[in-house]
Amino acid sequence: MKVVNKSVRKKDAMSLVTGKPVYTDDITTGSSLIVKLLRSPHAHALVEEINTDRALKLPGIECILTYKDAPQSRFTNAGQSFPEPSPYDRLILDKRLRCVGDPVAIVAGWDEKSIDKALRFIKVKYQVLEPLLDFTKSKDNEVLIHPEEDFKSLVDIGADNNRNLCSSESCEYGDVEEQFKNCTHIIEETYHTQANSQTMMETFRTHTSIDAYGRLNVISSTQVPFHVRRILSNALEIPKSKIRVIKPRIGGGFGAKQSVVSELYPALVTMKTGKPAKMIYTRKESFTNGSPRHEAQITIRLGSDDDGNIKAIHMYSLWNAGAYGDHGPTTVGLSGHKAMTIYNKVNAFKFDFDVVYSNTMWGGAYRGYGATQGIFALECAVNELATKLNMDPTELRMKNMLTHEQVGNKMPAYYNEVLNSCHLDKCLIKAKEMIDWDNKYPYREVGKDKIRSVGCAVAMQGSGISNVDVGAVEIRLNDDGFYTLMIGATDMGTGCDTILSQMAADILECDLENIVVHGVDTDLSPYDTGSYASSTTYITGMAVVKTCKSMREKILSEGARLLKIPVEKVEFDGKNVFSLEDDKSISLKDIANFSLVGENNYITASESHYSPTSPPPFMAGVVEVEVDKLTGKVDIIDYVAVVDCGTVINPNLSRIQVEGGIMQGIGMALYEDVTHDKKGRLTSSSFLQYKIPSRLDVKDIRVEFESSYEPTGPFGAKSIGEIVINTPSPAIAHAVYNATQVNIRQLPITSEKIVMGMLENKKK
Amino acid sequence: MQIKLWINEKEFTDDVSPDIALLEWLRSKGFYSIKRGCETSNCGLCTVLLDGKPVLSCSTLAIRANGKHVTTLEGVEKDALEIGGFMADEGSEQCGFCSPGFIMNVIAMKNELTNPTEEEIKKYLVGNLCRCTGYVGQLRAIKNYLQSKKEV
Amino acid sequence: MFTIDQYVIAESLEEAYELNQSRRNVILGGIMWLKMGKKRIGKAIDLSALDLHKIEEDEDRFYIGAMCTLRDLEVHSGLKKYFNGIIEKSVESIVGVQFRNGATVGGTVFSRFGFSDVLTVLLALDTYVELYKGGIVSLSQFMDMPRDNDILVKIIIKKDNRKVAYVNQRKSVSDLPILACAVSNTGNTWNIVLGSRPAKAQLISLELSENLHEEQINEIINVVKDKIVLGSNDRGSKEYRSILADVFIRRNIEEILLGGNHAD
Repeated sequence: MKVVNKSVRKKDAMSLVTGKPVYTDDITTGSSLIVKLLRSPHAHALVEEINTDRALKLPGIECILTYKDAPQSRFTNAGQSFPEPSPYDRLILDKRLRCVGDPVAIVAGWDEKSIDKALRFIKVKYQVLEPLLDFTKSKDNEVLIHPEEDFKSLVDIGADNNRNLCSSESCEYGDVEEQFKNCTHIIEETYHTQANSQTMMETFRTHTSIDAYGRLNVISSTQVPFHVRRILSNALEIPKSKIRVIKPRIGGGFGAKQSVVSELYPALVTMKTGKPAKMIYTRKESFTNGSPRHEAQITIRLGSDDDGNIKAIHMYSLWNAGAYGDHGPTTVGLSGHKAMTIYNKVNAFKFDFDVVYSNTMWGGAYRGYGATQGIFALECAVNELATKLNMDPTELRMKNMLTHEQVGNKMPAYYNEVLNSCHLDKCLIKAKEMIDWDNKYPYREVGKDKIRSVGCAVAMQGSGISNVDVGAVEIRLNDDGFYTLMIGATDMGTGCDTILSQMAADILECDLENIVVHGVDTDLSPYDTGSYASSTTYITGMAVVKTCKSMREKILSEGARLLKIPVEKVEFDGKNVFSLEDDKSISLKDIANFSLVGENNYITASESHYSPTSPPPFMAGVVEVEVDKLTGKVDIIDYVAVVDCGTVINPNLSRIQVEGGIMQGIGMALYEDVTHDKKGRLTSSSFLQYKIPSRLDVKDIRVEFESSYEPTGPFGAKSIGEIVINTPSPAIAHAVYNATQVNIRQLPITSEKIVMGMLENKKK
Repeated sequence: MQIKLWINEKEFTDDVSPDIALLEWLRSKGFYSIKRGCETSNCGLCTVLLDGKPVLSCSTLAIRANGKHVTTLEGVEKDALEIGGFMADEGSEQCGFCSPGFIMNVIAMKNELTNPTEEEIKKYLVGNLCRCTGYVGQLRAIKNYLQSKKEV
Repeated sequence: MFTIDQYVIAESLEEAYELNQSRRNVILGGIMWLKMGKKRIGKAIDLSALDLHKIEEDEDRFYIGAMCTLRDLEVHSGLKKYFNGIIEKSVESIVGVQFRNGATVGGTVFSRFGFSDVLTVLLALDTYVELYKGGIVSLSQFMDMPRDNDILVKIIIKKDNRKVAYVNQRKSVSDLPILACAVSNTGNTWNIVLGSRPAKAQLISLELSENLHEEQINEIINVVKDKIVLGSNDRGSKEYRSILADVFIRRNIEEILLGGNHAD
């Protein structure tokens, strides 16, 4: 590998650090309508009457749209392959409002002050209905979130809108009850995670216009341009051929932009008025009506024998879809399948779930996509089991988890896929060494009122969605011999444009500068499901490998033809096609230039890739904390992570993924609290209230790699994008327990919960 | 109201609404490096220098910049390439949305502090939030940058 | 965000005062808090031409103009030396350097925000506010006065030999405090301030002795918790704040008794 496994700079790095205008709001600076929403103040209501007359009379207002003006076909906002396993339960504007912030009217005008005035002048008569705010009471509740007749689900996901069920399923391998009968130690606990917000720095925003061909052009900060095209087509009731979606540089996503969020409203305005329109979500809107992680309540039953062999696991996930289904039915599956699989040695497992509707924020995709919630619950339970067994929790894991010794084994909890690569054991051993686990476990007193302790967790994720995710790639040879690499995968700062170019440069044996990579435009780019499910390196990467190999063949063939030598007798070294028998050769530059003239062949190659497997990356996370015994304050002293993502394509970029993901995980574990008032309004709707970690909050994060080689992945790579957020919550909960004997099972872990827990313990 | 000020040493005059924030006004004049990240003065993305001091342009009225010197990333290209180069060498610019405000504050920091410790660096820059990198890569970059200035 | 009809740079305090008498008019500080609302301001009054951005000192006092920023407070070498850096400590957790370069002392003090670290510390010092019409008033008294249309001109801190200690706890480093506690001691007088409780900072002064033994420390804690009301909000419950108050008062007293934090 000459270019792969090198820490090269991202191709767009220098533009970004010099502040070049490359984001959605920078490249759409022409005159366009400003679009804002009138949002429901009620968690559950019907729009009885809506009067826009007075507002429309304001100068500077172009149009105001209500449910009467919106198309009537239901759709889903979830960016997923068609047919989506997500109920079609939405309208662009609906008479029924299902959560605070659900849109009531769309206002488009030429200046913000007029629009703000218009929003005040719209008169709405709401029939306020009783809201269902507690999702643990949703199933079979009298209050129905989706009573509509035209609610539909294209795929059988166990939806039943008359029971407030968005999705429901149960699966079992072996017989868990039988196994539990023979277990000497059983843990049975319930865990709760929050509706965390991705808080990418660039909020949701979209610009729409009609082009010279009368087509709707959409420039949006999205991770899923092709899915956006389909969803807009469904929602606006126009053919997909009439829509073009362009994705420029985007300021982060982490899954938030794997749904349609801001696209629909300016699109409808442009369709109605023919004029360009732009909508930029405020930070507040991005909190209240973005696409946060699903709130979850997970019950685990875990049983082992006296020696610590885990025999059976039963997980029940109760998932809060919120007002709309979106990514609810798909995220829930990972809570079981991408958590329990770690303990593949079990004799039996059972996984059942209910995804329920409620009058709260609808959830979406957030890094980890359900695995994060499941791993929090399961890893906490495993740590609690270790305590019960009086066993070192790392020993308990080494005994039960997937290791390199199980490569070749089938994994029943993981869709019966076969394990092809795994260095999880090496990851855990190294992590222990880095933090000096043996000397620090479980805790030690350090000075007045302070305790330092350690905690651990392991994690897995997937690499793409087996048999579903597709990446197609095209490469073209241009004059003078530079290549244009056309991809549909969406770089959101992660650097996929760069790493895919690294792969291409490696195979084509050229400099990285010789590969021009292009952002995504659905009119020009080959189809790609988009950047989610940790699929870009593994799926699109393999498509790049296949395409570049195909390009090599074509260059060889054309070179041979021009040299008038049989193709078996030539070779290509990236710069020249040369004869193996004499000194005849022709440069790539010449091949390229000739190919554009007359009878010669213009050279392009195109391949697509999907995978029947989704090989799990693995990681071990170990944390050292300092706890103040009197105030419960927790400080992170050190966080160590060792990752097996297969071959590391770009060490710098991979390292940053881990560091960034861990920091997000620490936020989820300690600081990011989701709070509401009694009426269901989100009160944690700004950075003032919802605290993401700052650079002073964590002393240090140290990352190492223990790379296995994944035979089905490009250059042996798997994935890294999502797994990185999964270890902090259970590792920190564990460290807190080791310091204080308090088990915190509801995130976030606050100093108050710790102190109250310690007081409870004293009473007992 | 009429204002006259300097942006990156170039004189600008304009008739502004008294309630327009410096952030929106600067972007309307083509300075797109400046980003908005929140409405509560918490994120630091909009940092510019006002008479050399780092301020939040979202919380500064354009009218209050009257008679003052504003510096944006566009005006410090040499520094941006230098600091940004160290960031790019770590991969710590990532999505780049927090980078302009961050680099402006790094420039302010290097002007105000001499040989800061790691803790002092973190403290000075704490008002710049980032969601992509976890901050440690940015710290590596800044330490390398400051070290390179020492060696000169 | 607020809107402004007219922007006035006041040429005198009298002009500013007259304008401020109308409900529709507002004196602008750092505008951080103001911009989170939607007030429709008639005349926005700017005090920047009135020379209120200086920190001055003489033998007995510090004089801090209302338009000084929190950052000015933080880096002022005179203030840094006095009270062993407690002023710097009171502002350093507030959001970030850029924020503190905009937020004004006048805005912070006049608004009497509950969450304020600054007010908690200032109350433990011998602090006064100078109001344009209301004259010089102790900060403690000012805290209890209702918001009116007077103008806060400067803050005055008397230089004395008191020892001060400050402790606060936050969920994350740049959050608002769950509880803030400042304690100071001069001679036999002990001043305890609890702020961000979540209500605004409140001072209790007790006459005891310069050296305290355990019963006296307990007495202080009991008196303070009896007189100062602690409440609940999203950041913490009443019960938890009560536990923190115990710990903070004690830790601050111990720090002072061990000889830390007294004036040069």
